[in-house]
Amino acid sequence: MTPEEIKQKGSIVAAKPRLLNDNHMHYCPGCSHGVVHRLIAEVIEEMQVEDNVIGVAPVGCAVFAYNYIDIDWIEAAHGRAPAVATGAKRLNPSRMVFTYQGDGDLAAIGTAETIHAANRGENITIIFINNGIYGMTGGQMAPTTLEGMKTSTTPYGRRADLNGYPLNITPLLAMLPGTCYVSRQSVHTAVAVRKAKAAIKKAFTSSLAGKGTSVIEIVSTCSSGWKMSPAKANEWMEKNMFGHYPPGDLKDTTND
Amino acid sequence: MAKVYGAVEVNPERCKGCDLCVVACPCDVLKLQPLEVNNRGYHYAYPDKADACIGCSSCAAVCPDGCITVYRYVDKG
Repeated sequence: MTPEEIKQKGSIVAAKPRLLNDNHMHYCPGCSHGVVHRLIAEVIEEMQVEDNVIGVAPVGCAVFAYNYIDIDWIEAAHGRAPAVATGAKRLNPSRMVFTYQGDGDLAAIGTAETIHAANRGENITIIFINNGIYGMTGGQMAPTTLEGMKTSTTPYGRRADLNGYPLNITPLLAMLPGTCYVSRQSVHTAVAVRKAKAAIKKAFTSSLAGKGTSVIEIVSTCSSGWKMSPAKANEWMEKNMFGHYPPGDLKDTTND
Repeated sequence: MAKVYGAVEVNPERCKGCDLCVVACPCDVLKLQPLEVNNRGYHYAYPDKADACIGCSSCAAVCPDGCITVYRYVDKG
């Protein structure tokens, strides 16, 4: 059978989701942001809530997320996405509101907003992209940078005595009573991508049902910041990041 | 016995040649263009051994730019 015959007779099993528009994404080749954008677009499409969803874009590489997914977006100041999402959700309780934040945005400048939004149990979803580095500004050390990891501001590796320990913020959020679903996922293999999609869907469903704050951390790569090829960055992530940030569900009270 | 046929299509202008689909493919179908580049100067992916495709859509799952469409046909005859 020729590929043309298969295309005619068969069905499409995977394609670019309709909500992911044709704008060329500015992300570096192999960036995890692209995969997560696609998953969000797919989930919103499957849930048929595209007219009823508000995304809050962060400051960071994903600052232009509003150019790529065809839904309503608000651009928040650095780190303030959960606060903006709180306002959007409280004024429009029927809407599904989510934030999309990186580790510099969520775990550094926006720690207070994140923790308090989760503590209040706002019915929003927080998508947290953790690549252990400030990718957009040139690969500086982030709170989530691993010990010994070389960045442009820690050229000899992060030292705990000088720079502190890597901040593992997702378990902190899981401890708060306001959160209903806290999960850590990755998008480096096809299996992981499918699991991450299921987690995002569950988070969106529970925040729409008003069960509390959902947090999905996606352990990601930054091939440019880490100075590796995308495939190598995935391997490095599996070997090093998963030790400190193991994937899996940290909290699930959605069925209680 | 039912036989599964797959076909993969890459949007060359959207592709950034990150190589992740090439690594993810279990049947070594995809390859990066060794010489040709697209409008943005990337060596885009293309189905090199198109016949080997089983339509598992692993490549599309890991593609950061959503440039892969996968078709699948199950011949039950």
